[in-house]
Amino acid sequence: MKPYENKKSMELRAGFGVGLVEAGEANADVVALSADVCGSVKINDFAKAFPERFVQCGIAEANMVGIAAGLSLCGKVPFLGGFAEFVTGRVYDQIRQVVCYSNKNVKICGSHAGISLGEDGATHQTMEDIALMKVLPNMTVLVPCDYNQAKAATLAAAKHVGPVYLRLGRSKMPNFTEEGAPFEIGKAQLLNEGKDVTIFACGHLVWEALEAAKALEAEGICAEVINIHTIKPLDTEAIIASAKKTGAVVTCEEHLFNGGMGDSVAQTLALNCPTPMEYVAVDDKFGESGTPDEMLTNYGLRAKDIIEKVHAVLKRK
Amino acid sequence: MKSTKELQTIATQVRRDILRMTTAAKSGHPGGSLGTADWMTAMQFNLMNHDPEHFTMDGKGQDMLFVSQGHITPVIYSTMARRGYFPVKELSTFRIFGTRLQGHPSTAHNLPGIRMASGSLGQGMSVGIGAALGKKMTGDSNLVYTLHGDGELQEGQIWEAAMFAGAKGVDNLISTIDYNRQQIDGTTDQVMTLGDLKAKFESFLWEVVVIANGNDMQQVLDGMAQAKALTGKGKPVGVILTTEMGYGVDFMQGTNKYHGAVLSADDLPKALAQLEETLGDF
Repeated sequence: MKPYENKKSMELRAGFGVGLVEAGEANADVVALSADVCGSVKINDFAKAFPERFVQCGIAEANMVGIAAGLSLCGKVPFLGGFAEFVTGRVYDQIRQVVCYSNKNVKICGSHAGISLGEDGATHQTMEDIALMKVLPNMTVLVPCDYNQAKAATLAAAKHVGPVYLRLGRSKMPNFTEEGAPFEIGKAQLLNEGKDVTIFACGHLVWEALEAAKALEAEGICAEVINIHTIKPLDTEAIIASAKKTGAVVTCEEHLFNGGMGDSVAQTLALNCPTPMEYVAVDDKFGESGTPDEMLTNYGLRAKDIIEKVHAVLKRK
Repeated sequence: MKSTKELQTIATQVRRDILRMTTAAKSGHPGGSLGTADWMTAMQFNLMNHDPEHFTMDGKGQDMLFVSQGHITPVIYSTMARRGYFPVKELSTFRIFGTRLQGHPSTAHNLPGIRMASGSLGQGMSVGIGAALGKKMTGDSNLVYTLHGDGELQEGQIWEAAMFAGAKGVDNLISTIDYNRQQIDGTTDQVMTLGDLKAKFESFLWEVVVIANGNDMQQVLDGMAQAKALTGKGKPVGVILTTEMGYGVDFMQGTNKYHGAVLSADDLPKALAQLEETLGDF
């Protein structure tokens, strides 16, 4: 199996922050908005570099979405940042009306997504955001897997014309993709070629999928690992081709079972090539307080859980 | 520029359009549309710096208007068509399948003059602020206008936006409140009293102009001129436009009955008899 090395664990939100400054340097129309969480979501470097292009909205996310939509009318490329729950679920209707239905060039950047947020507990740990955002017409949904990819996805979002939801985690996670590697929206990323089973993963769980594949290799199971960093538009071609090749699928995500990336893959398979499939996701419940490690382990989102699901799906082949 | 008399003449035709559109569609919101017909006519024909024949989404070099209570499409579309954004005859397609004249304003159907969807209430002031900030960032000295229902002020987002605009001194924004004191379930006092609106906005660091009779064209022109004169001085400007819901037809006036209910084909002639056909029906 192709080796992947964790160069240094880093926060995805930090990759976003660096990418945003670079996007701002490349395009004078890039502007940023925050709702009193500038430091938490790593917009502070942008605000310092381009104070005249930064809008502090206070603790008022709904207003922030509307302001971003209004700015986009004037040719600006607004990136609004906040905790993922509060820039998706809290403002779903605002995003629906003035971003997606009105089809404006607004980038919604949700940090602190998923259960690995940890100690803050369930009010802040959104595991519904992918579902909420992917169901909106015109929306593009990006879930990068590490620091380097978060930066690359931010730069890609800045160039893409149209609404984008960019999902980012809070905690330090392995950084293993190549620095400066291109990020193509809508193109699944093949990380390991295999023949026995396909593991589709997104976000923090891509690293866990690679760890699982490594362990499976020792058992003689050759797992294909594909990073679905774009949930929408989904690379259905890559999904169908891989499922046809391996005949068994496991999806892995730090999200609820309902409505996440796994459901998008399941829909693709059901319509095109029904294939035995298992989910690694959280089944219809809210999170709680704990360390990021404890959360991922106790909610079944580790490499060992992926391996279990691979064994289960292989029996159904 | 039109004279006050000419604007009144246009507003009368707009009221006919509103009633004929909604009765033909068997749906829509005539009450608030009739009440704001004078203001919308004044805005489209005299007050705004805009070029209907060369509509651009970015509105650069022009004033922008966002009608936050999107349900008053009858008056929005009628005044837009009469001003030249699209053919007047298209008003006959209101709410019909395939129309550009959607029940609530939409950008998905490429109707010139509409820059943002509205209908889900409370969002237009935020959008207006964003456009106003965009104009400042791009060195465009034109103004941004928003219009809101008074019942709409019950939405919390309005106050997020009002707080922002005051705190940040968004002084190229004029937000008008259609103060008709009616909403679907009753009067605003019955549903959720609005209190002293002027004091509320002033406490949010706004300048406020009160137009005592928003169905008097001269008062609308004077009040809005006063509002315009207050822009560029570090504060957003609010206008409390006192109107009568259903104004122009005696039996529709001063009640919430026609907020979202339309005249029957039988009642329509009785209403039209009170409104002279001044410019020709669509």
